[in-house]
Amino acid sequence: MSNQATTHDTTHGPAAHGSGHAASFDTKPIWRTFWILLGITMVELLLATIHLKTGFPNKYVLNGVYLILTCAKAFYIIAEFMHLRHEIKNLIMTIAIPACLFIWFIIAFLTDGNSFRVLRDRYDPYHVEQNTIKVAPAGGEEGPAGKEQTPPAQKPGEQQ
Amino acid sequence: MMWYFLMSDAFTFGAFLISYGTIRMSSNSWPDPNEVFRAFPFMSPELHLPLVFVSLMTFILIMSSVTMVLAVAAGHAGDRKKVTFYMILTIIGGFMFLGCQAWEWTHLHGEGAWWGRNPFPNVNGSKASTNFSNFFFTITGFHGFHVFSGVIINIIMLIKNLRGDFERRGHYLMIEKAGLYWHFVDLVWVFVFTCFYLL
Repeated sequence: MSNQATTHDTTHGPAAHGSGHAASFDTKPIWRTFWILLGITMVELLLATIHLKTGFPNKYVLNGVYLILTCAKAFYIIAEFMHLRHEIKNLIMTIAIPACLFIWFIIAFLTDGNSFRVLRDRYDPYHVEQNTIKVAPAGGEEGPAGKEQTPPAQKPGEQQ
Repeated sequence: MMWYFLMSDAFTFGAFLISYGTIRMSSNSWPDPNEVFRAFPFMSPELHLPLVFVSLMTFILIMSSVTMVLAVAAGHAGDRKKVTFYMILTIIGGFMFLGCQAWEWTHLHGEGAWWGRNPFPNVNGSKASTNFSNFFFTITGFHGFHVFSGVIINIIMLIKNLRGDFERRGHYLMIEKAGLYWHFVDLVWVFVFTCFYLL
């Protein structure tokens, strides 16, 4: 992502700065950004389809790829469509620095969720048992299936 | 100022999506999005087209974002007619997206999903909690509401442009601000798309 960003800067940056603010609203980079965004979405769709058919890319690897591609898309929307790349540096910083808090939020909260799951699996047998009860595959009517499910779901609770 | 409003809005959406992620991480199993979101309008449900419809929605929103930038660019050039033209295209795109979302919600509601109701089993076949549908409807609903207000803002901008307000003022900054909001909605959708449909 940063590689592409630097090449973009060398090709379009000086020209845009040289001829002032208005000229930076060139329609060419807009369309190029559009094709990049469309291409990334198509790649995501393709990866998901390949994964469904063959299961080849490991789901965890795939999730990492998705996250990187999503951040790339977000970068292009913010930088080009929202035009932040061409704003003054101070504005870029007031946006970029608070946005970095998200990295911390995501890591902290996801770890917390995971540790909560581990704790419940260790200390709450009901929680583990819930996960082993199989439901009839969808296709049957939902109403009766839901009613049938309630009694076994309550039994383990009574036993405790 | 628009940027600071968008930052606060970004944190609202961020909080929603992070809480979704936290709950999902704390669950042993979760419904498979490829099983839930597999339908396409006017096609037999047996066709099993995962992600196709939502990709179409993404495409519509990105496309309307492009026409919005083009409207902003036309505003910079002071071309009132072009601004009108691209604003109309953007509004149509917004309505198309809202229509798609309305269809998806109706379809899922028809399958029995709603707030507090989740017919879809987990990946491992066990019964899923209602967390999945609660988060899905809340977050896409919140996003859809943003799209809706964005369309309203765009319509107001279009009317002001037709009346010649911006031309008299000598600049099209309001179009630019509406554009910022519109792109933000697109940006949020990119994350919603990843969190709900891909991961």
